[in-house]
Amino acid sequence: MNIRSVADLTPGESGIINGFMDDALSLKLLEMGCLPGQPIKFNFAAPFGDPICVSVAGYNLSLRLDEAITISIQ
Amino acid sequence: MSKRDIPKVALVGNPNSGKSSLFNHLTGLNQRIGNFPGVTVDKKTGYCSLNGETKAEIIDLPGTYSIYPNSTDEKIVYDILGDKTNPLHPDVVVVIVDASNFKRNLLLFTQIHDLNIPTVLALNMMDIVEKTGLAIDEKKLSQELGVPVIPMKARKGKGIDLLKKTLVEICPANYEPIFKAHDHAPEAIDKVKEAFSIKDDYVAYQMLQQYRINQALTENERNLLADISEKYSFNRDELRRKETLERYAAINYFIDGAVKENFTQLPKRWTQKLDSIFTHKIWGYFIFFLILFLIFQSIFAWATIPMDFIDLTFSELSSFLKSTLPEGALSDLLTEGIIPGIGGIVIFIPQIAILFAFIAILEETGYMSRVVFLMDKIMRKFGLNGKSVVPLISGVACAIPAIMATRTIENWKERLITIFVTPLMSCSARLPVYTILIALIIPDKTIFGIFNLQGLALMGMYLLGFAAAIISALIMRFILKTKERSFFVMELPTYKAPRWKNVGMTMYEKSKTFVLEAGKIILAISIVLWVLASYGPGDQIENAEAYVQAEYSTVQLTQEEIENKIESYKLEHSYAGIFGKAIEPVIRPLGYDWKIGIALITSFAAREVFVGTMATIYSIGNVDDESTIKNRMKNEINPETGKVRYDFATGLSLLVFYAFAMQCMSTMAVVYRETKGWKWPLAQLVYMTGLAYVSALIIYQSLS
Repeated sequence: MNIRSVADLTPGESGIINGFMDDALSLKLLEMGCLPGQPIKFNFAAPFGDPICVSVAGYNLSLRLDEAITISIQ
Repeated sequence: MSKRDIPKVALVGNPNSGKSSLFNHLTGLNQRIGNFPGVTVDKKTGYCSLNGETKAEIIDLPGTYSIYPNSTDEKIVYDILGDKTNPLHPDVVVVIVDASNFKRNLLLFTQIHDLNIPTVLALNMMDIVEKTGLAIDEKKLSQELGVPVIPMKARKGKGIDLLKKTLVEICPANYEPIFKAHDHAPEAIDKVKEAFSIKDDYVAYQMLQQYRINQALTENERNLLADISEKYSFNRDELRRKETLERYAAINYFIDGAVKENFTQLPKRWTQKLDSIFTHKIWGYFIFFLILFLIFQSIFAWATIPMDFIDLTFSELSSFLKSTLPEGALSDLLTEGIIPGIGGIVIFIPQIAILFAFIAILEETGYMSRVVFLMDKIMRKFGLNGKSVVPLISGVACAIPAIMATRTIENWKERLITIFVTPLMSCSARLPVYTILIALIIPDKTIFGIFNLQGLALMGMYLLGFAAAIISALIMRFILKTKERSFFVMELPTYKAPRWKNVGMTMYEKSKTFVLEAGKIILAISIVLWVLASYGPGDQIENAEAYVQAEYSTVQLTQEEIENKIESYKLEHSYAGIFGKAIEPVIRPLGYDWKIGIALITSFAAREVFVGTMATIYSIGNVDDESTIKNRMKNEINPETGKVRYDFATGLSLLVFYAFAMQCMSTMAVVYRETKGWKWPLAQLVYMTGLAYVSALIIYQSLS
């Protein structure tokens, strides 16, 4: 089964954070307010498609695609 | 009252929470920038009168999202707050939070709260909160959290008085921890509390979490903590994850009832609209380039007026003193050494102030993080990181703060490459060199109706520096190998109007630091240089007149010509002249003579000395004519060709040499500190100076 991640969202689309696939990065993401069960919205991507800007916990966060792919969504 | 009795208040908060506005409101101009002991992190402290009697020392700690540091800067927060024996450990902590983004900001508050230091919560940005229809009941919140809660609008200075009053009345803390660390690792925490005589669970818990990066501990203490961790299987990452989740659960509980609003859908229409322009695939880059262009044009247009004025004032002051003071070595030192030397420092102020104003505005408005976002993919191709853009742009002002700003880059390889190439960016110390040389070799003409040719040439010099930096980065990307991963996670703050007070404060502070720090070196070198240029071995200087008369006894010369011959004879036979002549064979292929050689030698300490050196060299004996440094250089004749000394080939070769050469002791010192060794600063010295020599050689040889 394929797990969907934040990197699979299209601009304007939202998802609910399910979990993290990278331990080291998840500690930081948690502290930044990316909690499981929270909605996360893909806002827009930078001109070359990477990094991307997402909305989470009421603010905007920028992530590289290889970081976004570690956040799984429902 | 001794200084010890003044209570210390630390300001802590997330980046972009308005901490610097609050700090500026509390301390005004009464602030000092220093270094935290042992590290080159800016330490801003200041004094604030809380009421008629009580004064407090305010310490501004680096902005951070969590007490677990991601960078050297953020590490300071734990070093000071987590260690009661630290001399900077505060009596009260003010945690400032962006109330419009409440939950995430509160995480840091709950961590600091558990360290059991008296804490005040400052709810900032209440104006935005009101606009978005959020309602925060601060009385209820204060009851829930058990600490004073002060609503504030730090940008406008609202809430400051209440905060001061609260700080006077604050009681010693005895807080019940929010995160029950003891429940998760009871034996390990008890052991640490006993071994280090600590009374708070969370302080002990943090020692177990952070002992490996805590420099305040001795080797024995570190080993002890390692043993305890292992014995009681203290799993750092797992506990940290549990801690964060537990804290957020507690935050949800606290704000339930005290805050009414759904946090995920705040309307931020302005930010959205602006982002769609500023990060647009065409407009984004176009606007970025336009802003850079505007900065360089305005430096040239605005700074030259006060600079010419300063230049003129100092040369007139010199000639005035020369004509009024009695003749002697001391007045010569004053009019030919000290005054031109001070002039050479003061002349930088307009440029430094303007550059730092622009950089402060870009940071303040939130635009800088969009530049990082926009450039990340491109920068990664060159072995850099989007975050390298900030050091590279700051490098245009000065490499020293720029190299310190690389700390936000977590990946060591990317950070090292950024440190290595940043000094190639044209810093403000090169600006006067560029300004004066461009004015000598490029005509002051307007092309296409709006572009000043000299302004374009100046921008060209900056682009040249940038190109050299980027290409060097690419080369290093293939030389250095690493397996470390690179993270980018970064907040994109909402756009805000710049706070002019903060911008003004940055301009003032940076100019002051420059005048006091760099000024000392420049002044000292100017004086040493004057001595070297005024005295020489043997009797050549005292009897210069006799030697010249003997040499030209058969030629009929006017009185003025004789005097000029005597002056240049003196300079040529002074110590400085001898040094300059010694290196002349090496620099002759670049188109330089021994006078420029003197400037090159002195510039190796700090390149901004160039203009001062020129002023000193060309004013020796010449000060009574009222011309400025620029005019004196313009009138300088190359005795071999009979044409002007600063022709196009020599001028351009000199420009490129100054663009690339490593001529700054302070930069090397800061690279030494940041990389913890001499390997990288020495590599920079060899690489950059080699690049400068070869490029200048190619240019001069192909143009002349």
